[in-house]
Amino acid sequence: MSSDILQADLRARLGTLELELSLKAGNGTTAIVGPSGAGKTSLLRIIAGLYRQAEGRISFGDDVFHDSAAGIFLKPEKRRIGYVFQEPRLFPHMSVARNLDYGARRRGAPPSGARDEIINLLGLENLLERLPHKLSGGEAQRVAMGRALLSSPRLLLMDEPMANLDLRRRREIMPFLEMLHPRLSLPILYVSHNLDEVIRLADKVLVIERGRVFATGGTAQVLNRPDVQQLLAGAVGMDAGMDTDLGTILDASISAHEPEKMITRVSLGDGLVLRVPLRHEPTGTALRLRLHPRDIAIATQSPHGLSIRNSLPGRVNRINVAPGGQRDVSIRLDGGGNIEITARITQGAVDDLQLVRGLEVWALVKSVALASD
Amino acid sequence: MEALLISLKVGLIGTALSLMPGIAIAWLIARRRFPGRMLLDGLIHMPLVLPPVVTGYLLLLLFGRAGYIGAFLHAQFGLTLAFNWKGAALVAAITGFPLLVRAVRLSIEAADEGLEAAARTLGASGFGAFVSVTLPLIMPGIIAGTLLAFARALGEFGATITFAANIPGETQTLPLLLYSVLQSPDSEALGLRIVVLSLILAAGALFLSEWLSRVMQRRLRGAS
Repeated sequence: MSSDILQADLRARLGTLELELSLKAGNGTTAIVGPSGAGKTSLLRIIAGLYRQAEGRISFGDDVFHDSAAGIFLKPEKRRIGYVFQEPRLFPHMSVARNLDYGARRRGAPPSGARDEIINLLGLENLLERLPHKLSGGEAQRVAMGRALLSSPRLLLMDEPMANLDLRRRREIMPFLEMLHPRLSLPILYVSHNLDEVIRLADKVLVIERGRVFATGGTAQVLNRPDVQQLLAGAVGMDAGMDTDLGTILDASISAHEPEKMITRVSLGDGLVLRVPLRHEPTGTALRLRLHPRDIAIATQSPHGLSIRNSLPGRVNRINVAPGGQRDVSIRLDGGGNIEITARITQGAVDDLQLVRGLEVWALVKSVALASD
Repeated sequence: MEALLISLKVGLIGTALSLMPGIAIAWLIARRRFPGRMLLDGLIHMPLVLPPVVTGYLLLLLFGRAGYIGAFLHAQFGLTLAFNWKGAALVAAITGFPLLVRAVRLSIEAADEGLEAAARTLGASGFGAFVSVTLPLIMPGIIAGTLLAFARALGEFGATITFAANIPGETQTLPLLLYSVLQSPDSEALGLRIVVLSLILAAGALFLSEWLSRVMQRRLRGAS
């Protein structure tokens, strides 16, 4: 498959919303997040060619999809874009198998073996003869994903594919998506309202607010930004997942297993190591960790005689007022990297410990949430 | 019964003629926004609201040997429509048209446009998406509309007698025959037979329409 880059510079009026943004996406998953009505779905529709009235230029590799100045508009069926909508949109009069093969019949079959592989991966073997109304919501959405993948797309657009599913169905589909995303070497734009999903799936994040780019970059880097957290926390329709606090997101990799102690060591880089309950993945596997501010305590001396296994040295960088009158203390970890984690403690504790910017402290990590749990 | 055969021939051919343009125009009105859309919609409904005699007279003006279109057709193809069975079929097509368009249009509007969008992203052209996805889904509407138009054509009287006249063996359909028969004395028996025949025909069409749309619905819902 190709490793072409999607490039878009767009302006469009959508009712009261003025969309004006640029984006670039290569291989891997780019999550698009932002408050409801920020223009996320419209952006996908414009890229897919389902909405024409936009100005600007969209190109993918050497192909120009849309260039309003040059009068170029490539029809949606010529773009070879796989689109997974919020609803499955399966063709009700066709069996699952015919739905899956709809794209292949028109675009030429995908490489031999690919069909079986995708059917296997999505667990669709036993559904092939069924009609769409006999499928559960989760099954239907899996078929929709398979249908998009089997049309030999060069680019995949997913518009909140799990928004209409309950938690159980989400949990059922998530493993499929996690397996799928790294195996597809093509750019994926993934609109989501659910930050758990984003943390688990995205390589990059594009934050949109009122039709403009608010922030863009690596997932941990963008989601750890205080202004991004603030925007998303207060946003209508955003769903922070298990906790309204996003916390600190850290990219890590497994460095060693210690089965006798039932722990796994994960490296954060810069020589920083955290111990987490034993994992089954091989060493070297990348993990994304999520540290909730409430699960972080602060010590002003190197701690000993504590049940908490993880303490990381660093310096106080900022102290902000958190909701409920508590204080969010940002600690920049030692090691030269720009890793910062946030602890939520009371004003009283701040006073007692005499925390000020630059003070040497230890961040005590009570528990680590792994993004892939 | 010659009149019965003429009725069926005129009705079937007229309805068949209106089918393709009917679906096309229904789609245009349901899915496209263009200047003159309301006008087109109104124009199509004309035969429904105009007195049939007026429709027939207008057809005579347009398609008669001296009319604009009629003269052209005669000169180019040697085709004459007025006062023969082809004219009666044209009347059937035009008077049934609004009923067909209405039914098809409603079902197109009810069909999910998102499915066509999905088909487009999977490589289907706009027309291909319509044919492979929307058309099968609106089949019940098309069948209902077609049978309605056919039934309307069977009952056509005013426009037919004005445009195609009442020629036995050529344009004399069942209603026209009944009208002629009722003009002469001592013909109640024959009149009654025509009435019974018309009833059977109407009921048959209605039954067929119901049955077909049930079958279609069942196939769509996949209760197999």
